[in-house]
Amino acid sequence: MKRTKLSEQLLYLAIYGSAALSCTAMIAIIGYIVFKGAPSIDWTFLSSPYKGSQHGIYPMIVTTLYMIGLSLAVAAPIGVCSAIYLNEYAKDGKLVRLIRFATDSLSGIPSIIYGLFGYMFFVTVLQLKMSILSGALTLAIMVLPLVIRTTEEALKTVPAGYREGSLALGASKITTILRIVLPSAAEGIITSIILSIGRIVGETAAVYLTAGMVTRVPGGILDSGRTLAVHLYVLAKEGISFEQAYASATVLLVIIAGLNLLANRLATGIRKKTT
Amino acid sequence: MTPKNDLVAPVVNRRNLAEQSARFCFLFCALLAFASLVIIIAFLLIKGLPAIGKIGLWNFLTDTDWNPSNNQFGILSMITATLLSSLGALLISVVIGVLTAVFLAELATAKIARWLRFAIELLAGIPSVVFGFFGLVIIVPFIDRVAGGGGNSLLAAIIILSMMILPTIVSISEMSLRAVPREYKEGSLALGASQIQTIFRVLLPAAGSGVAAAIMLGLGRAIGETMAVILVSGNSPIMPGSLFDRVRTMTANIALEMGYASGLQQEALFATGVVLFVFIMLINGAVTVLAARSGVKR
Amino acid sequence: MKKTIYLILAIVLIIGSTMTFAGCGSSAKNLALVGSTSVQPLAQELADAYEKANPGVKIDVQGVGSTAGVNAAHDKTADIGMSSRDLTAEEKQWKMQEIVLALDGISVVINPENQTTDLSVEQIRKIFKGEITNWNQVGGKDAPILVVSREAGSGTRTAFEELTKVAVKKDGKDVSLLKADALVADGNGSIQANVAAKDNAIGYMSMGMVDKAVKAIKVDGVQPTVANVVAKQYSLSRPFLLLINGEAGEPAKAFMKFASSPEGKKIIGEHYIAVE
Repeated sequence: MKRTKLSEQLLYLAIYGSAALSCTAMIAIIGYIVFKGAPSIDWTFLSSPYKGSQHGIYPMIVTTLYMIGLSLAVAAPIGVCSAIYLNEYAKDGKLVRLIRFATDSLSGIPSIIYGLFGYMFFVTVLQLKMSILSGALTLAIMVLPLVIRTTEEALKTVPAGYREGSLALGASKITTILRIVLPSAAEGIITSIILSIGRIVGETAAVYLTAGMVTRVPGGILDSGRTLAVHLYVLAKEGISFEQAYASATVLLVIIAGLNLLANRLATGIRKKTT
Repeated sequence: MTPKNDLVAPVVNRRNLAEQSARFCFLFCALLAFASLVIIIAFLLIKGLPAIGKIGLWNFLTDTDWNPSNNQFGILSMITATLLSSLGALLISVVIGVLTAVFLAELATAKIARWLRFAIELLAGIPSVVFGFFGLVIIVPFIDRVAGGGGNSLLAAIIILSMMILPTIVSISEMSLRAVPREYKEGSLALGASQIQTIFRVLLPAAGSGVAAAIMLGLGRAIGETMAVILVSGNSPIMPGSLFDRVRTMTANIALEMGYASGLQQEALFATGVVLFVFIMLINGAVTVLAARSGVKR
Repeated sequence: MKKTIYLILAIVLIIGSTMTFAGCGSSAKNLALVGSTSVQPLAQELADAYEKANPGVKIDVQGVGSTAGVNAAHDKTADIGMSSRDLTAEEKQWKMQEIVLALDGISVVINPENQTTDLSVEQIRKIFKGEITNWNQVGGKDAPILVVSREAGSGTRTAFEELTKVAVKKDGKDVSLLKADALVADGNGSIQANVAAKDNAIGYMSMGMVDKAVKAIKVDGVQPTVANVVAKQYSLSRPFLLLINGEAGEPAKAFMKFASSPEGKKIIGEHYIAVE
């Protein structure tokens, strides 16, 4: 009896230890980078160009915003419409299984493969060169499965009664979807978009082969640009300045943490509403 | 899985043009995902298969020498490196991850669980390049100091990867633990089993296929990871003999040489992509089967 | 909660519409220079000067690698290709117009802690081929040598291996005999960062990019300096090439002209060797 007790104690210890370790891993990374990076972040760093003696990250921030806007402009409508089809129209069958297989597969493909594909297809074959457009289209395909799946989840939480009520009142199906179902699922859809923004902001491998690494504020979507994550990669691999690298990493982490917090709060809001 | 629409279907006017075109539009979007997958696969194959044809599938997969200038394109060392680094990372993160999931699902108070879950979500959101950078400035110098040899090594890759796949394993395992029917737990406790016995003898086995799905998903992430690995692994295309050897993974091979490659070398990189893709699809298949069996959503 | 949502929606919409407008005004006349990471800093300086002299012109400089640069010029994904090595026989057949932008030395660099100051080309060759593996074999302390190299296809690596004969000719192709377990770093900066961080490392990089974090050693007793490269005393040097496809547009040709003008040569001369 005593021995079981001891081994149980050890197992408890292992469980608590693991939980603590998981937590520590996160704190170690974020803490260390923010600790090293935060002192070198000031307004000049955020707002000046990267040229000559100036080492600001303003162009990278702008490029990242472009990348977010453009990839979402493509992925969000397509993703939401796909989810509507899957949830509101499709009956289980070969087609649905095919689409589901495709989204599952797409979400498992490593980003370097997307990079390879984007480089070949958008940059070379479609002659879009290394540009924000090439990068954004590549990223759009990459986040598409995420948008579809999370939107589907959100649509599922809309009670069937809403639809039935609307239809019973004589509204057409499309009106029901646009006026009743989508607004009810809005928070969930927004969450899916925020999660996608997180992936877009953090992506490197797929972007640096497709959007290039020009450090100027892009003048349009056919210009090449360097996102914040690519900038961090270049700083780290070129060893140009670790101080700048820490600072850029910190900015990146703050953005990601902010997005996560937002998604988290929205998700809690949804849970409260549905229960 | 859908709130069933059959009930209301007859109400819809099937001949309504607007309805039909909307439906068509939604269907079209849904098919785009499938089309993307087809195009990606087609491009990989078109660019990669000729190289495999020229090099010979067997040589390509079993030759350990990668020296493009001498037309030697064997990726066995990279397949080995990819598998070793991913499996090594799994070994660490499965133990820690599953136990953390147990903590979250069974032991933690609601408040602590919420914070820990948030921390883990945050860990999942950290861009891979940040992990790589962290590894470059902390883990690589540390290994260099302890073991010498520069520090860029298989071990560094394993440590970084295990941190990166931890969140996946924790969250999916937790989900599958929660999906175990309450009666199992109550029954076990009512029979006089202790909490620990219930967890390890009843709950974990019941959540087995969900945990297995988590492990496969983690494996997929580890195999596909590029930027973090490139910065810490040293990238020598040799068969790893020890944990402290420099290794090059398949993903690193693609990312490193893509910018410089032309001709057969470029095709060989696409062929590396094809091999990587086959690995990933096998893992995806396993995940789908396991997830379906356990009722866990990915 | 509602407010946050509207806020986010508004932001997304604003970004989206900005994109659309920006897209319409997109500057397709940007000049794209793609290629060698070694040439990139020099090309960037030239581009900055050129943009200043010609308002309205915008130049994108992408450092992705010599081979990619040659290919990009050939298949016209770039207006101008940059290469830090001579063209191969195959590439010469594409009949692109090339100008030698500058000469650049390749510095052999070691950690500043390392007391070694001079290596012969033969010693360097043996080190990179793995025949010499300890610093005490070349008069240093007893420590294993950590060889740091660039990735296959890099212009700097191709030129370095050709000059030191780490590569041998086989069927008209240079075959690299670099030791297999060399640490592979992508980019000059990465070489520098690795050598700076590791006491026993040796690497090679573009002379124009070496800074104090690493020590450039003498090769056959000759210091890697601009003067020694010009005098052909320093043996490890290679050309920087700019390449354009025959049908390149006026803007590309104008930039090429600028690069070989006296003004351009003055910029080149600061760190590299302008060619007459």
